[in-house]
Amino acid sequence: MAKKKKLQAVCPVEHGWKTIKPAGITEPGSAEELKTGDWRSQRPIHNMEKCIHCLQCFIFCPDCAIKTTEDGKFKEFDYYHCKGCGICAEICPVKAIDIADESESLEKEKKENKQNAKK
Amino acid sequence: MPKNKPKPVKGRDYDSMTGADAVAFGMRQINPDVVAAFPITPQTEIMERFSQFYADGIVDTEMILVESEHSAMSAVVGAAAAGARAMTATAANGLALMWEIVYIAASTRLPIVMNVVNRALSGPINIHCDHSDSMGCRDSGWIQIYSENGQEAYENTIFAVKFAEHPKVRLPVMVCQDGFITSHSVEPINFIHDDKVKQFIGKPKPEFSLLDVDNPITLGPLDLFDYYFEHKRQQIEGMENARKAFLDVAKEFEKTCGRRLQYFEEYSSKDADYVLVVMSSTAGTAKEVVDRLRKQGKKVGLIKPRLFRPFPYEEITKALEGKKAVAVMDRSASFGAQGGPLFLEISSAMLNSAKKPKLCNYIFGLGGRDTSMQDIEKVFEDLMNGKPKALNYLGVRG
Repeated sequence: MAKKKKLQAVCPVEHGWKTIKPAGITEPGSAEELKTGDWRSQRPIHNMEKCIHCLQCFIFCPDCAIKTTEDGKFKEFDYYHCKGCGICAEICPVKAIDIADESESLEKEKKENKQNAKK
Repeated sequence: MPKNKPKPVKGRDYDSMTGADAVAFGMRQINPDVVAAFPITPQTEIMERFSQFYADGIVDTEMILVESEHSAMSAVVGAAAAGARAMTATAANGLALMWEIVYIAASTRLPIVMNVVNRALSGPINIHCDHSDSMGCRDSGWIQIYSENGQEAYENTIFAVKFAEHPKVRLPVMVCQDGFITSHSVEPINFIHDDKVKQFIGKPKPEFSLLDVDNPITLGPLDLFDYYFEHKRQQIEGMENARKAFLDVAKEFEKTCGRRLQYFEEYSSKDADYVLVVMSSTAGTAKEVVDRLRKQGKKVGLIKPRLFRPFPYEEITKALEGKKAVAVMDRSASFGAQGGPLFLEISSAMLNSAKKPKLCNYIFGLGGRDTSMQDIEKVFEDLMNGKPKALNYLGVRG
Protein backbone atom coordinates (compact mmCIF):
# COMPACT_ATOMS: atom_id res chain seq x y z
CA MET A 1 0.00 0.00 0.00
CA ALA A 2 1.38 3.37 -1.00
CA LYS A 3 2.07 5.64 1.91
CA LYS A 4 -0.87 7.93 2.42
CA LYS A 5 -0.24 11.61 1.90
CA LYS A 6 -0.41 13.48 5.17
CA LEU A 7 -3.59 15.52 5.03
CA GLN A 8 -3.31 19.18 5.79
CA ALA A 9 -6.18 21.34 6.85
CA VAL A 10 -6.98 23.83 4.08
CA CYS A 11 -7.70 26.50 6.64
CA PRO A 12 -5.53 26.28 9.73
CA VAL A 13 -7.40 27.41 12.83
CA GLU A 14 -5.56 30.73 12.99
CA HIS A 15 -7.09 31.79 9.65
CA GLY A 16 -9.57 34.64 10.02
CA TRP A 17 -12.75 35.23 8.02
CA LYS A 18 -10.95 37.20 5.34
CA THR A 19 -8.70 34.33 4.27
CA ILE A 20 -10.74 31.26 5.14
CA LYS A 21 -12.18 29.32 2.18
CA PRO A 22 -15.88 29.96 1.69
CA ALA A 23 -18.66 27.62 2.76
CA GLY A 24 -16.37 25.35 4.75
CA ILE A 25 -14.59 23.97 1.70
CA THR A 26 -11.82 21.58 2.72
CA GLU A 27 -9.77 18.87 1.11
CA PRO A 28 -11.60 15.55 1.04
CA GLY A 29 -10.86 13.20 3.89
CA SER A 30 -9.87 15.93 6.30
CA ALA A 31 -12.13 14.44 8.99
CA GLU A 32 -9.18 12.13 9.63
CA GLU A 33 -7.37 15.09 11.15
CA LEU A 34 -10.06 15.71 13.72
CA LYS A 35 -8.88 14.32 17.03
CA THR A 36 -11.90 12.49 18.34
CA GLY A 37 -9.69 10.59 20.80
CA ASP A 38 -9.95 13.43 23.31
CA TRP A 39 -13.69 12.81 23.76
CA ARG A 40 -12.81 9.56 25.52
CA SER A 41 -13.68 8.96 29.17
CA GLN A 42 -12.67 5.31 29.07
CA ARG A 43 -10.23 3.44 26.88
CA PRO A 44 -9.98 -0.09 25.50
CA ILE A 45 -6.85 -2.05 26.42
CA HIS A 46 -5.86 -5.00 24.29
CA ASN A 47 -4.49 -8.31 25.53
CA MET A 48 -2.50 -9.85 22.68
CA GLU A 49 -2.16 -13.21 24.49
CA LYS A 50 -5.91 -13.77 24.59
CA CYS A 51 -6.62 -12.33 21.11
CA ILE A 52 -7.64 -14.82 18.39
CA HIS A 53 -7.57 -12.15 15.63
CA CYS A 54 -11.16 -12.72 14.58
CA LEU A 55 -11.39 -8.92 13.95
CA GLN A 56 -14.93 -8.65 15.25
CA CYS A 57 -13.71 -5.46 16.95
CA PHE A 58 -12.57 -4.11 13.55
CA ILE A 59 -15.97 -4.81 12.02
CA PHE A 60 -17.99 -3.30 14.85
CA CYS A 61 -15.82 -0.25 15.60
CA PRO A 62 -18.01 2.76 14.64
CA ASP A 63 -14.84 4.78 13.98
CA CYS A 64 -11.72 3.40 12.30
CA ALA A 65 -9.84 3.01 15.55
CA ILE A 66 -8.67 -0.63 15.14
CA LYS A 67 -5.45 -0.87 13.19
CA THR A 68 -4.62 -4.19 11.56
CA THR A 69 -1.47 -5.73 10.16
CA GLU A 70 -1.08 -6.37 6.45
CA ASP A 71 -1.76 -10.06 6.96
CA GLY A 72 -5.09 -9.26 8.60
CA LYS A 73 -4.30 -9.43 12.32
CA PHE A 74 -5.11 -7.06 15.16
CA LYS A 75 -2.25 -4.56 15.44
CA GLU A 76 -3.20 -1.80 17.88
CA PHE A 77 -5.81 0.77 18.85
CA ASP A 78 -5.72 4.15 17.17
CA TYR A 79 -6.10 6.29 20.27
CA TYR A 80 -6.11 9.49 18.12
CA HIS A 81 -9.60 8.53 16.92
CA CYS A 82 -10.93 6.01 19.48
CA LYS A 83 -13.85 7.62 21.36
CA GLY A 84 -13.91 4.90 24.00
CA CYS A 85 -17.41 3.64 23.30
CA GLY A 86 -16.53 0.13 24.45
CA ILE A 87 -18.29 -1.73 21.64
CA CYS A 88 -15.07 -3.65 20.86
CA ALA A 89 -14.82 -4.94 24.43
CA GLU A 90 -18.49 -5.89 24.38
CA ILE A 91 -18.24 -7.79 21.07
CA CYS A 92 -14.90 -9.59 21.75
CA PRO A 93 -15.70 -13.34 21.99
CA VAL A 94 -12.61 -14.13 24.10
CA LYS A 95 -12.67 -11.05 26.37
CA ALA A 96 -9.30 -9.88 25.09
CA ILE A 97 -10.26 -6.22 25.45
CA ASP A 98 -10.56 -4.51 28.81
CA ILE A 99 -12.06 -1.13 29.45
CA ALA A 100 -10.07 1.16 31.72
CA ASP A 101 -10.77 4.62 33.07
CA GLU A 102 -9.23 7.22 30.77
CA SER A 103 -7.91 9.60 33.43
CA GLU A 104 -6.36 6.73 35.40
CA SER A 105 -4.76 5.47 32.20
CA LEU A 106 -3.39 8.91 31.47
CA GLU A 107 -1.91 9.16 34.98
CA LYS A 108 -0.32 5.80 34.52
CA GLU A 109 1.09 6.82 31.16
CA LYS A 110 2.55 9.97 32.67
CA LYS A 111 4.27 8.01 35.45
CA GLU A 112 5.66 5.51 32.99
CA ASN A 113 6.97 8.27 30.77
CA LYS A 114 8.70 9.91 33.75
CA GLN A 115 10.29 6.64 34.78
CA ASN A 116 11.43 5.99 31.22
CA ALA A 117 12.93 9.46 31.09
CA LYS A 118 14.86 8.79 34.36
CA LYS A 119 16.22 5.57 32.98
CA MET B 1 -48.86 53.58 -22.52
CA PRO B 2 -49.80 54.99 -19.11
CA LYS B 3 -47.17 57.16 -17.45
CA ASN B 4 -46.61 54.79 -14.55
CA LYS B 5 -45.73 51.79 -16.74
CA PRO B 6 -42.08 50.97 -17.46
CA LYS B 7 -40.91 52.89 -20.50
CA PRO B 8 -40.29 50.81 -23.62
CA VAL B 9 -36.67 50.36 -24.64
CA LYS B 10 -35.75 51.16 -28.22
CA GLY B 11 -35.21 48.14 -30.43
CA ARG B 12 -37.11 45.72 -28.22
CA ASP B 13 -40.11 43.64 -29.19
CA TYR B 14 -43.45 43.53 -27.42
CA ASP B 15 -45.65 40.61 -26.59
CA SER B 16 -48.64 40.26 -24.30
CA MET B 17 -48.26 37.75 -21.54
CA THR B 18 -48.63 37.14 -17.83
CA GLY B 19 -45.89 37.81 -15.29
CA ALA B 20 -45.35 34.07 -14.92
CA ASP B 21 -45.03 33.61 -18.68
CA ALA B 22 -42.61 36.52 -18.88
CA VAL B 23 -40.37 34.88 -16.29
CA ALA B 24 -40.52 31.54 -18.13
CA PHE B 25 -39.65 33.42 -21.31
CA GLY B 26 -36.67 34.94 -19.49
CA MET B 27 -35.64 31.48 -18.27
CA ARG B 28 -35.70 30.25 -21.87
CA GLN B 29 -33.30 33.06 -22.78
CA ILE B 30 -31.08 32.29 -19.78
CA ASN B 31 -31.08 28.60 -20.76
CA PRO B 32 -30.03 27.33 -17.31
CA ASP B 33 -28.09 24.07 -16.98
CA VAL B 34 -30.44 22.65 -14.38
CA VAL B 35 -34.00 23.50 -13.37
CA ALA B 36 -35.77 21.62 -10.59
CA ALA B 37 -39.44 22.22 -10.07
CA PHE B 38 -42.47 21.20 -8.09
CA PRO B 39 -45.86 22.76 -8.77
CA ILE B 40 -47.50 25.14 -6.34
CA THR B 41 -50.10 27.84 -6.93
CA PRO B 42 -49.45 30.50 -8.18
CA GLN B 43 -45.91 29.58 -9.27
CA THR B 44 -47.01 26.57 -11.36
CA GLU B 45 -47.50 28.69 -14.48
CA ILE B 46 -43.80 29.55 -14.65
CA MET B 47 -42.63 25.95 -14.63
CA GLU B 48 -45.54 24.80 -16.79
CA ARG B 49 -44.46 27.20 -19.50
CA PHE B 50 -40.78 26.48 -19.03
CA SER B 51 -41.31 22.70 -19.19
CA GLN B 52 -43.00 23.33 -22.55
CA PHE B 53 -39.78 24.95 -23.80
CA TYR B 54 -37.94 21.93 -22.41
CA ALA B 55 -40.29 19.43 -24.06
CA ASP B 56 -39.98 21.25 -27.37
CA GLY B 57 -36.19 21.02 -27.18
CA ILE B 58 -35.80 24.79 -27.19
CA VAL B 59 -33.60 24.81 -24.08
CA ASP B 60 -30.59 22.63 -23.21
CA THR B 61 -31.66 22.44 -19.60
CA GLU B 62 -31.64 19.31 -17.48
CA MET B 63 -35.15 19.47 -16.04
CA ILE B 64 -35.70 17.60 -12.80
CA LEU B 65 -39.27 17.01 -11.72
CA VAL B 66 -38.92 16.39 -8.03
CA GLU B 67 -41.30 15.02 -5.41
CA SER B 68 -41.33 18.07 -3.14
CA GLU B 69 -39.93 21.57 -2.77
CA HIS B 70 -37.44 20.30 -0.22
CA SER B 71 -36.08 18.14 -3.02
CA ALA B 72 -36.30 20.96 -5.57
CA MET B 73 -34.05 23.16 -3.46
CA SER B 74 -31.75 20.21 -2.69
CA ALA B 75 -31.45 19.42 -6.40
CA VAL B 76 -30.47 22.96 -7.36
CA VAL B 77 -28.02 23.09 -4.45
CA GLY B 78 -26.38 19.93 -5.76
CA ALA B 79 -26.39 21.24 -9.32
CA ALA B 80 -24.93 24.61 -8.34
CA ALA B 81 -22.26 22.90 -6.24
CA ALA B 82 -21.32 20.98 -9.38
CA GLY B 83 -20.85 24.30 -11.12
CA ALA B 84 -24.13 24.41 -13.04
CA ARG B 85 -26.32 27.44 -13.51
CA ALA B 86 -29.38 26.29 -11.58
CA MET B 87 -32.85 27.77 -11.17
CA THR B 88 -36.12 26.93 -9.49
CA ALA B 89 -39.35 28.68 -8.53
CA THR B 90 -41.82 28.38 -5.72
CA ALA B 91 -44.40 30.12 -3.54
CA ALA B 92 -45.73 30.18 0.01
CA ASN B 93 -45.94 26.70 1.53
CA GLY B 94 -43.53 25.38 -1.08
CA LEU B 95 -40.95 27.89 0.10
CA ALA B 96 -41.74 26.89 3.67
CA LEU B 97 -41.01 23.27 2.84
CA MET B 98 -37.69 24.29 1.27
CA TRP B 99 -36.72 26.15 4.42
CA GLU B 100 -33.87 23.98 5.66
CA ILE B 101 -32.12 23.92 2.29
CA VAL B 102 -32.81 27.63 1.61
CA TYR B 103 -30.35 28.45 4.39
CA ILE B 104 -27.88 25.83 3.19
CA ALA B 105 -27.94 27.28 -0.36
CA ALA B 106 -26.97 30.69 0.99
CA SER B 107 -24.32 29.55 3.45
CA THR B 108 -22.76 27.27 0.82
CA ARG B 109 -22.50 30.41 -1.35
CA LEU B 110 -24.30 28.96 -4.35
CA PRO B 111 -25.54 31.46 -6.97
CA ILE B 112 -29.00 29.96 -7.46
CA VAL B 113 -31.83 32.07 -8.87
CA MET B 114 -35.30 31.34 -7.57
CA ASN B 115 -38.51 33.04 -8.60
CA VAL B 116 -40.88 33.41 -5.70
CA VAL B 117 -44.45 34.18 -6.63
CA ASN B 118 -45.56 35.79 -3.41
CA ARG B 119 -48.52 34.08 -1.78
CA ALA B 120 -49.91 34.10 1.75
CA LEU B 121 -48.61 31.36 4.00
CA SER B 122 -51.15 29.01 5.54
CA GLY B 123 -53.09 28.92 7.64
CA PRO B 124 -55.94 29.33 7.21
CA ILE B 125 -55.12 28.18 3.71
CA ASN B 126 -55.02 30.96 1.14
CA ILE B 127 -53.60 31.04 -2.37
CA HIS B 128 -53.56 34.79 -2.92
CA CYS B 129 -50.88 37.39 -2.62
CA ASP B 130 -49.08 38.69 0.39
CA HIS B 131 -45.40 38.77 1.27
CA SER B 132 -45.42 36.50 4.31
CA ASP B 133 -43.59 33.74 2.44
CA SER B 134 -40.50 35.61 1.22
CA MET B 135 -40.42 37.99 4.21
CA GLY B 136 -40.14 34.95 6.45
CA CYS B 137 -36.77 34.15 4.94
CA ARG B 138 -35.35 37.66 4.88
CA ASP B 139 -32.67 36.46 7.32
CA SER B 140 -31.83 33.33 5.35
CA GLY B 141 -28.92 34.98 3.53
CA TRP B 142 -30.64 35.21 0.14
CA ILE B 143 -30.62 38.39 -1.87
CA GLN B 144 -34.20 39.54 -2.41
CA ILE B 145 -35.47 41.59 -5.34
CA TYR B 146 -39.15 42.57 -5.57
CA SER B 147 -40.91 43.24 -8.85
CA GLU B 148 -43.77 45.63 -9.46
CA ASN B 149 -45.05 44.00 -12.64
CA GLY B 150 -44.30 41.31 -15.20
CA GLN B 151 -41.81 43.57 -16.97
CA GLU B 152 -39.77 43.96 -13.80
CA ALA B 153 -40.07 40.29 -12.86
CA TYR B 154 -38.71 39.40 -16.30
CA GLU B 155 -35.82 41.86 -16.17
CA ASN B 156 -35.01 41.11 -12.53
CA THR B 157 -34.75 37.40 -13.34
CA ILE B 158 -32.17 37.97 -16.07
CA PHE B 159 -30.37 40.54 -13.91
CA ALA B 160 -30.34 38.12 -10.95
CA VAL B 161 -28.33 35.47 -12.81
CA LYS B 162 -25.36 37.78 -13.28
CA PHE B 163 -25.83 39.39 -9.86
CA ALA B 164 -25.79 36.04 -8.03
CA GLU B 165 -22.68 34.90 -9.89
CA HIS B 166 -20.73 38.11 -9.24
CA PRO B 167 -17.42 36.86 -7.81
CA LYS B 168 -17.65 39.14 -4.78
CA VAL B 169 -21.23 38.08 -4.04
CA ARG B 170 -21.83 34.40 -4.84
CA LEU B 171 -25.16 34.29 -3.08
CA PRO B 172 -28.55 32.97 -4.16
CA VAL B 173 -31.15 35.46 -5.34
CA MET B 174 -34.89 35.41 -4.83
CA VAL B 175 -36.85 37.31 -7.47
CA CYS B 176 -40.31 38.04 -6.09
CA GLN B 177 -43.48 38.99 -7.92
CA ASP B 178 -47.01 39.23 -6.58
CA GLY B 179 -49.06 36.07 -6.87
CA PHE B 180 -51.99 36.33 -9.34
CA ILE B 181 -51.87 40.14 -9.40
CA THR B 182 -48.65 40.02 -11.41
CA SER B 183 -48.17 36.34 -12.17
CA HIS B 184 -51.57 35.84 -13.83
CA SER B 185 -52.30 39.26 -15.29
CA VAL B 186 -51.60 39.77 -18.96
CA GLU B 187 -49.62 42.89 -19.79
CA PRO B 188 -47.39 44.01 -22.63
CA ILE B 189 -43.86 42.81 -22.02
CA ASN B 190 -40.97 44.58 -23.67
CA PHE B 191 -38.45 41.81 -24.40
CA ILE B 192 -34.71 41.93 -24.55
CA HIS B 193 -33.33 40.11 -27.60
CA ASP B 194 -31.97 36.60 -27.01
CA ASP B 195 -28.42 37.49 -28.05
CA LYS B 196 -28.37 40.50 -25.73
CA VAL B 197 -29.41 38.29 -22.81
CA LYS B 198 -26.71 35.79 -23.75
CA GLN B 199 -24.16 38.57 -23.97
CA PHE B 200 -25.20 40.00 -20.61
CA ILE B 201 -25.23 36.81 -18.54
CA GLY B 202 -22.19 35.20 -20.22
CA LYS B 203 -21.02 31.72 -19.31
CA PRO B 204 -21.08 30.65 -15.66
CA LYS B 205 -17.66 30.78 -14.02
CA PRO B 206 -18.03 28.61 -10.93
CA GLU B 207 -15.36 29.02 -8.27
CA PHE B 208 -15.40 25.30 -7.54
CA SER B 209 -17.11 22.20 -8.82
CA LEU B 210 -17.86 18.95 -7.07
CA LEU B 211 -17.45 17.24 -10.45
CA ASP B 212 -13.86 18.43 -10.81
CA VAL B 213 -12.25 15.10 -9.88
CA ASP B 214 -8.73 16.43 -10.36
CA ASN B 215 -9.28 18.96 -7.61
CA PRO B 216 -11.48 17.15 -5.11
CA ILE B 217 -13.05 19.15 -2.30
CA THR B 218 -15.38 18.53 0.59
CA LEU B 219 -18.28 20.96 0.67
CA GLY B 220 -20.37 21.68 3.73
CA PRO B 221 -18.47 19.68 6.35
CA LEU B 222 -18.98 19.84 10.10
CA ASP B 223 -18.11 23.40 11.05
CA LEU B 224 -18.19 23.88 14.79
CA PHE B 225 -17.18 26.65 17.19
CA ASP B 226 -13.72 26.81 15.60
CA TYR B 227 -14.81 27.86 12.06
CA TYR B 228 -18.56 28.54 11.84
CA PHE B 229 -18.34 32.14 13.08
CA GLU B 230 -15.68 32.99 10.46
CA HIS B 231 -17.81 31.48 7.71
CA LYS B 232 -20.85 33.47 8.85
CA ARG B 233 -18.81 36.68 9.01
CA GLN B 234 -17.64 35.98 5.47
CA GLN B 235 -21.22 35.37 4.36
CA ILE B 236 -22.26 38.72 5.89
CA GLU B 237 -19.46 40.35 3.89
CA GLY B 238 -20.74 38.69 0.71
CA MET B 239 -24.13 40.27 1.35
CA GLU B 240 -22.50 43.64 2.06
CA ASN B 241 -20.55 43.34 -1.21
CA ALA B 242 -23.84 42.71 -2.98
CA ARG B 243 -24.86 46.31 -2.32
CA LYS B 244 -22.09 47.67 -4.51
CA ALA B 245 -22.16 44.74 -6.92
CA PHE B 246 -25.83 45.54 -7.60
CA LEU B 247 -24.78 48.90 -9.03
CA ASP B 248 -21.93 47.36 -11.05
CA VAL B 249 -24.17 44.70 -12.55
CA ALA B 250 -26.90 47.30 -13.11
CA LYS B 251 -24.43 49.36 -15.12
CA GLU B 252 -23.66 46.37 -17.33
CA PHE B 253 -27.37 45.63 -17.62
CA GLU B 254 -28.06 49.17 -18.73
CA LYS B 255 -25.29 48.96 -21.32
CA THR B 256 -26.44 45.66 -22.80
CA CYS B 257 -30.17 45.59 -22.12
CA GLY B 258 -31.00 49.28 -22.08
CA ARG B 259 -32.66 49.79 -18.71
CA ARG B 260 -31.24 51.30 -15.55
CA LEU B 261 -32.08 49.24 -12.47
CA GLN B 262 -31.94 51.00 -9.13
CA TYR B 263 -32.11 50.07 -5.47
CA PHE B 264 -35.51 51.73 -5.38
CA GLU B 265 -37.64 53.80 -7.65
CA GLU B 266 -38.36 57.39 -6.65
CA TYR B 267 -41.68 58.38 -8.13
CA SER B 268 -42.41 62.10 -7.74
CA SER B 269 -40.81 61.79 -4.32
CA LYS B 270 -37.85 64.15 -4.60
CA ASP B 271 -39.82 67.34 -3.95
CA ALA B 272 -42.64 65.65 -2.04
CA ASP B 273 -43.56 66.32 1.57
CA TYR B 274 -45.57 63.15 2.06
CA VAL B 275 -44.12 59.89 0.84
CA LEU B 276 -45.43 56.38 0.63
CA VAL B 277 -43.05 53.41 0.64
CA VAL B 278 -44.48 50.23 -0.80
CA MET B 279 -43.10 47.27 -2.73
CA SER B 280 -44.33 45.18 -5.64
CA SER B 281 -47.63 45.51 -7.49
CA THR B 282 -49.29 47.91 -5.04
CA ALA B 283 -46.68 50.47 -6.08
CA GLY B 284 -48.39 50.51 -9.48
CA THR B 285 -51.72 51.44 -7.90
CA ALA B 286 -49.99 53.99 -5.70
CA LYS B 287 -48.36 55.68 -8.70
CA GLU B 288 -51.79 56.36 -10.17
CA VAL B 289 -52.92 57.86 -6.84
CA VAL B 290 -49.77 60.00 -6.69
CA ASP B 291 -50.47 61.28 -10.21
CA ARG B 292 -54.05 62.21 -9.31
CA LEU B 293 -53.10 63.94 -6.05
CA ARG B 294 -50.28 65.78 -7.80
CA LYS B 295 -52.85 67.14 -10.26
CA GLN B 296 -54.67 68.57 -7.24
CA GLY B 297 -51.41 70.26 -6.21
CA LYS B 298 -50.67 67.93 -3.29
CA LYS B 299 -46.96 67.30 -2.75
CA VAL B 300 -47.01 63.53 -2.53
CA GLY B 301 -44.61 60.90 -3.79
CA LEU B 302 -43.75 57.25 -3.74
CA ILE B 303 -40.65 55.18 -3.09
CA LYS B 304 -40.70 51.60 -4.32
CA PRO B 305 -37.83 49.47 -3.03
CA ARG B 306 -36.65 46.88 -5.54
CA LEU B 307 -33.73 45.50 -3.55
CA PHE B 308 -34.80 44.38 -0.09
CA ARG B 309 -31.80 42.22 0.79
CA PRO B 310 -29.24 43.68 1.14
CA PHE B 311 -31.29 46.67 2.24
CA PRO B 312 -30.02 49.98 0.81
CA TYR B 313 -30.45 51.74 4.15
CA GLU B 314 -28.10 54.69 3.51
CA GLU B 315 -29.70 55.60 0.20
CA ILE B 316 -33.24 55.19 1.55
CA THR B 317 -32.37 57.39 4.53
CA LYS B 318 -31.11 60.11 2.19
CA ALA B 319 -34.24 59.83 0.06
CA LEU B 320 -36.58 60.14 3.04
CA GLU B 321 -34.74 62.73 5.13
CA GLY B 322 -36.55 66.04 5.51
CA LYS B 323 -39.96 64.73 4.47
CA LYS B 324 -42.89 65.76 6.64
CA ALA B 325 -44.36 62.29 6.98
CA VAL B 326 -43.70 58.85 5.53
CA ALA B 327 -46.07 55.90 5.45
CA VAL B 328 -44.50 52.49 4.99
CA MET B 329 -46.85 49.84 3.65
CA ASP B 330 -46.20 46.21 4.50
CA ARG B 331 -47.92 43.29 2.84
CA SER B 332 -47.04 40.98 5.72
CA ALA B 333 -47.23 41.12 9.47
CA SER B 334 -44.39 40.50 11.87
CA PHE B 335 -46.25 39.17 14.85
CA GLY B 336 -45.34 40.89 18.08
CA ALA B 337 -43.02 43.36 16.38
CA GLN B 338 -43.50 47.13 16.18
CA GLY B 339 -44.60 46.87 12.56
CA GLY B 340 -44.11 45.00 9.30
CA PRO B 341 -40.65 43.99 8.02
CA LEU B 342 -40.24 46.92 5.60
CA PHE B 343 -41.27 49.39 8.31
CA LEU B 344 -38.77 47.93 10.78
CA GLU B 345 -36.08 48.14 8.12
CA ILE B 346 -36.79 51.79 7.34
CA SER B 347 -37.23 52.77 10.99
CA SER B 348 -33.83 51.40 11.90
CA ALA B 349 -32.30 52.99 8.79
CA MET B 350 -33.60 56.39 9.96
CA LEU B 351 -32.63 55.82 13.59
CA ASN B 352 -29.70 58.24 13.71
CA SER B 353 -30.95 60.70 11.13
CA ALA B 354 -31.31 64.29 12.35
CA LYS B 355 -33.96 65.03 9.74
CA LYS B 356 -36.16 62.07 10.51
CA PRO B 357 -39.71 62.37 9.16
CA LYS B 358 -42.75 61.22 11.06
CA LEU B 359 -42.96 57.50 10.30
CA CYS B 360 -45.98 55.27 10.35
CA ASN B 361 -46.81 51.78 9.20
CA TYR B 362 -49.77 50.32 7.33
CA ILE B 363 -50.28 46.58 7.16
CA PHE B 364 -52.35 45.86 4.06
CA GLY B 365 -53.52 43.28 1.56
CA LEU B 366 -52.98 40.15 3.66
CA GLY B 367 -54.17 37.01 1.90
CA GLY B 368 -54.78 38.96 -1.31
CA ARG B 369 -57.23 41.51 0.15
CA ASP B 370 -57.64 44.04 -2.61
CA THR B 371 -56.02 47.42 -2.03
CA SER B 372 -57.84 50.05 -4.02
CA MET B 373 -56.86 53.55 -5.04
CA GLN B 374 -59.29 54.85 -2.41
CA ASP B 375 -57.39 52.89 0.27
CA ILE B 376 -54.11 54.46 -0.76
CA GLU B 377 -55.71 57.90 -1.01
CA LYS B 378 -56.81 57.42 2.58
CA VAL B 379 -53.21 56.74 3.61
CA PHE B 380 -52.10 59.99 1.98
CA GLU B 381 -54.99 61.84 3.65
CA ASP B 382 -53.92 60.44 7.03
CA LEU B 383 -50.38 61.64 6.35
CA MET B 384 -51.50 65.11 5.26
CA ASN B 385 -53.85 65.48 8.22
CA GLY B 386 -50.89 64.70 10.42
CA LYS B 387 -52.80 62.23 12.49
CA PRO B 388 -51.74 58.71 11.52
CA LYS B 389 -51.23 56.18 14.28
CA ALA B 390 -47.85 54.48 14.40
CA LEU B 391 -49.34 51.17 13.28
CA ASN B 392 -52.44 50.92 11.09
CA TYR B 393 -54.31 48.16 9.31
CA LEU B 394 -55.59 49.07 5.88
CA GLY B 395 -58.76 47.42 4.62
CA VAL B 396 -59.45 45.06 7.51
CA ARG B 397 -63.04 44.93 8.78
CA GLY B 398 -63.29 46.31 12.31
